[in-house]
Amino acid sequence: MKEGDILKRLPYGKDFCFVDGINEIHENGVVGWYRFRESESFYKHHFKNNPVTPGVILTECMAQIGLVCFGIYLNPSLEHASIVMTENHVIFEKIVLPNEVVIVSSTLVYYRFHKLKVQVNMRNENNEIIARGTLSGMITDHF
Amino acid sequence: MTTQEINQKLLEIVKVYLPQDVTESSIKPESHLMQDLGINSAHLVDIVLDVEDTFDIMLDENDMQQMQRVEDATTVIQNKL
Repeated sequence: MKEGDILKRLPYGKDFCFVDGINEIHENGVVGWYRFRESESFYKHHFKNNPVTPGVILTECMAQIGLVCFGIYLNPSLEHASIVMTENHVIFEKIVLPNEVVIVSSTLVYYRFHKLKVQVNMRNENNEIIARGTLSGMITDHF
Repeated sequence: MTTQEINQKLLEIVKVYLPQDVTESSIKPESHLMQDLGINSAHLVDIVLDVEDTFDIMLDENDMQQMQRVEDATTVIQNKL
């Protein structure tokens, strides 16, 4: 499956899609990126007069690239693949400001009985670690 | 391996995935893993994978579907050993 086809199959609306591109994807993992726009709605409130990307959004970005794009790649035959995050353990090391580009890499831990578990990390353009951890999700035909 | 030994090892595996409000003493042979012990489908996969490692066996989709209650898991394991 091509990178473009995976992006087209992402189930998110534009205000909650945190994937701009996929650099590489194969049976053992994926690398993708996203640039946090200054216009993202959460910057107005997180924090007041001090926009910083919320950790939950960084986790979401890692899950969209590392679990969902990867899960779609591993399941090309599923028509309406839904991937529900079931567990995450993430350590944050740096903050992400508006307009920063993040690069997410995920590596397969296992994919068995419809459960996908990955090790994931997020870096900035200077190759500094922003966050790292493990994520798991269940892949189903529908919720 | 005796049934008792299997059950003891199974208990060690299952207790890790119990929700906070379910105690270890609730684990009985007749307990349904999801309905009685509150284990979700994602953790059921973890239990199956831990069972594979602990007993050095391979389980498939069919085995997993059979593992509804603790005693079903014991039977599946016994049949693989």
